[in-house]
Amino acid sequence: MIPKDFIILIPLLPLLGFLINGSITYEQLRGRVCANKSMVSFVACLMPFLSFALGLWVLLTLALHPEIKSISTPHLLDWMILDHFHLTFGLEIDHLSSVMTLVVTGVGFLIHLYSVGYMHDDPHYSKYMSYLNLFLFFMLVLVVADSLVLLFVGWEGVGLCSYLLIGFWFTDKEKAKAGKKAFIVNRIGDFGFMIGIFLIVAAFAAAVPPDTGTEIARDFLSFSYLKTHAGVLTPIITAVTLCLFFGATGKSAQIPLYVWLPDAMAGPTPVSALIHAATMVTAGIYMVARLHFLFVMAPFTMHVVATVGLVTALLAAIIGLTQYDIKKVLAYSTVSQLGYMFLGLGVGAFSGAIFHVMTHAFFKACLFLGAGSVIHALHHEQDIRFMGGLVKKMPITAVTFLVCTLAIAGIPPLAGFFSKDEILFMTYANEHTRHYFWVGLFTAGVTAFYMMRLFVYAFTGKTRYEHPEKIHESPWTMTLPLIILAGLATVAGFLGMPGHSIIGGWLSHLGQITPHHIEGSALQEFHLMGISVGWAGFCALAAFFLYKRNLNFTEGLKRTFKTLYSFIYNKYKVDEIYDFLFVQPIKGFSQVFLNRFFDQKIVDGLMVNGLALSSRFLGRCLSLIQTGLAVHYLLFLLIGLCLVIWFIVNG
Amino acid sequence: MHPRSVDFEIHMHVSIHHYLVLAAVLFCLGLLGVIIQRNILIMLMCIEVLMNSINLTFIALARYYNQVDGHLVAIFVMAIAAVEAAIGLGIVISLFRNRQSIDINDFNSMRG
Repeated sequence: MIPKDFIILIPLLPLLGFLINGSITYEQLRGRVCANKSMVSFVACLMPFLSFALGLWVLLTLALHPEIKSISTPHLLDWMILDHFHLTFGLEIDHLSSVMTLVVTGVGFLIHLYSVGYMHDDPHYSKYMSYLNLFLFFMLVLVVADSLVLLFVGWEGVGLCSYLLIGFWFTDKEKAKAGKKAFIVNRIGDFGFMIGIFLIVAAFAAAVPPDTGTEIARDFLSFSYLKTHAGVLTPIITAVTLCLFFGATGKSAQIPLYVWLPDAMAGPTPVSALIHAATMVTAGIYMVARLHFLFVMAPFTMHVVATVGLVTALLAAIIGLTQYDIKKVLAYSTVSQLGYMFLGLGVGAFSGAIFHVMTHAFFKACLFLGAGSVIHALHHEQDIRFMGGLVKKMPITAVTFLVCTLAIAGIPPLAGFFSKDEILFMTYANEHTRHYFWVGLFTAGVTAFYMMRLFVYAFTGKTRYEHPEKIHESPWTMTLPLIILAGLATVAGFLGMPGHSIIGGWLSHLGQITPHHIEGSALQEFHLMGISVGWAGFCALAAFFLYKRNLNFTEGLKRTFKTLYSFIYNKYKVDEIYDFLFVQPIKGFSQVFLNRFFDQKIVDGLMVNGLALSSRFLGRCLSLIQTGLAVHYLLFLLIGLCLVIWFIVNG
Repeated sequence: MHPRSVDFEIHMHVSIHHYLVLAAVLFCLGLLGVIIQRNILIMLMCIEVLMNSINLTFIALARYYNQVDGHLVAIFVMAIAAVEAAIGLGIVISLFRNRQSIDINDFNSMRG
């Protein structure tokens, strides 16, 4: 039984790590101390580990005491106190948050460990480590927050850290630009999120008439209050949930706001693994699952969520087929898998979506870290056309990469199979979305195909790297996380065995919508499973043998469908369309109106120069009375004297 | 009462008002002199007249109220007047040496 004040430490320990390493960085930049790398690494890895241990303790407490629904410290500090609205800082860990906490801290710890090896030679090592710790702090605030506002604080915080880490090598202009793009696109989503929060506040404010003195001030943005009083929101529930979902599309890289994630690969690879695959991008899914009681009230929104997820999954997977940058392939794969999760949320399979978040965190982190290991060995070569044959040089990386490739492809008994199939089955079980199942199934095959293509390109065949003798396996700090994550990706699936799913039972408080649960569903589920395994396995094998025989077997197809290929290769030109539709008009507006007219004419011209000119003119006028003749001064003095006397006498 | 019918021999009684009116007249004359004169020397003299009219007021009122403060102030004013005259004349001489003029209107270099 964990003392409930201990849960404050879960987010605070990484913050402490950030403060320690951050001050070391600061002093180092001032040239006062020389950072001891092993100490920085120790602090940076210890804090997530301690948080992980506390998270495990919380999980055990919840598991051993079924009567405890959540552990919370509802009133840490006052934040805003208004007449009928009382906002406090409070933390709450229930079953859902405990799973997320463990994923964030566990995977986070492994990636910290991996970073020790990967970033060891970077001159800004301590800065990097402190940013990672700061990210974990904000992510944990997001996960253990007990109110929508505190969740939003964490939400913004992880966005900040994402920006800092994508643009970590900011001297490269392209990388700095990628950071900016991620931040700005996220802001657009956050705007939707904020509108959603404001709508909730407005609805509650209207529901509580201000003149009823007996009403006690309440924190109506806390999840517990929202859950019990969700009925107040009924009239505007579709608008609220759509706005919140728009926020989720920004953070979780869904259509229409997914464009930042592929560019975010400019950051160091462990960052891509931690932030842009395993944790931050799942914040949107977590938020929707956390507010499931609102979303189930709005069937239209649920339909939108499912559709957006499905379309994103399919389109991103198709882009993944054509990319040559190892990290870009994984990035589109992430977008696609996040689409699956939203599909799961949209059909009401909340626990399935969270299960997929968890398994995806394992295998996608492992894939990214494996890619990082390759990139590290090949001295920042990221193009898979120049890799190949690495299986002999880097056996551990290759094996773990293969395991996770199979896991994401959905081959049993690896983790991805169970979680993806639960989502697909729930899609099938939901009458409204039954036809989505087939698209989802097709996407699963595409996923298997491009992932196997990636593996074959990078690891098998002849070495196409120009200095093959320099390739070496990575140090243990990098391979150990790979092995652990691959192991987790292998076994985590058994938590969600169909029929007696542990994770489903654990997250049963999220509920599921299956209006007409099919009779003999287990049998049907096994049939569907057979279909999807067969299809995914066929695609994976096809990719393996086709690419194994000839890496360039697609050249003919590329020539035949040249327009289509370049359309897909250039990511459907979405960046260009957004550039044309939004960026250029805004830039033009800023240039012509804001810069040339408003700034130069109004601010500079009217305000600054106008003020200067008018005071000069006034000065000219006033200087006319300075005639230089003593007599005039005397006269003014006299007039003043008379006025003073007049005021004294009559005033 | 017509002024000509005043019998100075018999009814000559100088009251406080006479002093004050005389002082006011002197003050106005001095002020007028300062304003309309262009010769700095004469302006200085007019300033002396101004100060003496003030002195007269002080002493008259000191006598009227039978208090010594006014006398004291008058002595101070005289001392300051002496100082002022010394400095003023010094300035006038230095001005004359520089510009060969003591016409106040020739000194207008402070014009804005």
